[in-house]
Amino acid sequence: MKLLVCVSKTPETTTKIKFNADNTALDANGVQYIMNPYDEWYALVRAIELKEKFGGQVTIINVGPAGNDSTLRKGLAIGADEAVRINAEPQSALYTAKQIANYAESQGFDAVLLGKETIDYNGSSVGAMVAEYLGLPFLSYASKLTMENEGTVIVDRDIEGGTEQVEVALPIVLSAAKGLAEQRIPNMRGIMMAKRKPLKVEEPVEFDDAVVTVEFQLPEEKGAVTLVDPENMDELVRLLHEEAKVI
Amino acid sequence: MVLVFAEHQKGQFKKAAFEAVYYASETAKVLGTECAALVLGEAEDLSILGNYGATTVHQVADAKLNQFDSQLYTDVIAQAIEQLGASVVILNHSSTGKSLLGRLAARFNAGSVSGVNAIPKQDGGRFLVQKLVYSGKAIATFELKSDLKLLSLMGNSVPPQKTDASAAVQALDISVGESKLTIKEVSTVEGTVPLPEAELVVSAGRGMKGPENWGIIEDLANVLGATTACSRPVADVGWRPHHEHVGQTGVAIRPNLYIAAGISGAIQHLAGVNSSKVIVVINKDSEAPFFKAADYGVVGDLFDVVPRLTEALKKQKAG
Repeated sequence: MKLLVCVSKTPETTTKIKFNADNTALDANGVQYIMNPYDEWYALVRAIELKEKFGGQVTIINVGPAGNDSTLRKGLAIGADEAVRINAEPQSALYTAKQIANYAESQGFDAVLLGKETIDYNGSSVGAMVAEYLGLPFLSYASKLTMENEGTVIVDRDIEGGTEQVEVALPIVLSAAKGLAEQRIPNMRGIMMAKRKPLKVEEPVEFDDAVVTVEFQLPEEKGAVTLVDPENMDELVRLLHEEAKVI
Repeated sequence: MVLVFAEHQKGQFKKAAFEAVYYASETAKVLGTECAALVLGEAEDLSILGNYGATTVHQVADAKLNQFDSQLYTDVIAQAIEQLGASVVILNHSSTGKSLLGRLAARFNAGSVSGVNAIPKQDGGRFLVQKLVYSGKAIATFELKSDLKLLSLMGNSVPPQKTDASAAVQALDISVGESKLTIKEVSTVEGTVPLPEAELVVSAGRGMKGPENWGIIEDLANVLGATTACSRPVADVGWRPHHEHVGQTGVAIRPNLYIAAGISGAIQHLAGVNSSKVIVVINKDSEAPFFKAADYGVVGDLFDVVPRLTEALKKQKAG
């Protein structure tokens, strides 16, 4: 199987979010970056598992500047075979998707996998966009993927309040949710091997963006918690009814 | 014209559809234009969408659209956008809406913002929208510059207002292709509001000590009419079903009221719930980090506090 996994670089979950002076970009000072967890834990690991079972190759792709190479090296250490970086500062989901689709178009991948969303923009957009550019079916929020016959997969996908099981012929684009695979920690051998695996850098195709970030704001600080006597739940009910007005 | 895609479940419109239609009609007011709704597949009582501001409801009633396929739906919606001359398209930020938003954006090379949480603004000719980013830790404002603009609306962020206006229903003549997908099985929990749409949520974690103790949580949820949820460790060990897991790796929710019992409030959990309007935390550990994110806190043993709260709610209901 020939598999492509899209990996994004995101601030680590516990990052304290702050912005630059004119509030147009994240203040990257002191921010720890990680590979987007859904890309890493679920999409990449499931792709590696499929390769281990059916043979083939796993390619990882990132749209970003040279500083993102460390994210790609980590993916190689976990078990991807080769990495591609499209050398551009991603402007929007559509820009990113266009670059990925442009690379994937001529490569004949059986599946393109990515996480259900990134933990920075929480957009959940890139997968569907890549699928549309490539003219492929898109299965979002996949929590299980099995392949019985070569070329056909059965996917369980999370939908509102339940799951849906779908059978579809490859090639497909799939976004990964919890359950699709278990996180793998790269071992020393993987980390050493990653240094020798190919990491190609390609230039982006031109693309005019229609979405412009105007500004970021921090939400209003929550006031201090109002503690209620555990013996007096009538008081909590009164507060929820009269003060918070939520019941 | 603002076109809103109205989702339905087996022909029934639910709150998500009313929210999207209302949001679309408010967007249409900002732009000084009309709001039309689009319904795919067989559905009942389409004119109800008029109550939330759609002047026309267009339907493509082909039975092939009764099951969701993002490719098929995108083809049909794209034709509707062109036939009707829509300049803004509104979708729900649901599993269905997210897939369609991305596909349509690529189809038209149009600007899109997913998960918007406020009515768009016109500012000197600029079309501005707002959404939460960094798992609710910040608010971002974007400008959309393309002729066609696509937005998906975060659930429970703009309360829909109902009038007694009605809408004209029109059949749209659009041919529907063949799906490449075979839907083998759909299993949804019946009789409860799905978590992303729920206004009231009662959630519990490891402090429950075991799955057999969940009765008190269900009692509390029942008296409130709330949906139950749980923390990650509890779903991981199988105490509760996977679809109940809220937090960063599970479902992200923003109900009006989130009651958390026996959940310490790790940052990954908070990332999925911190946009809730009001948070109540019940925990016997007064140092639990969740209290810092709470509006109301009860320091006490949940096995005493939760049943007491249920009784107090019953009393209030009766009174």
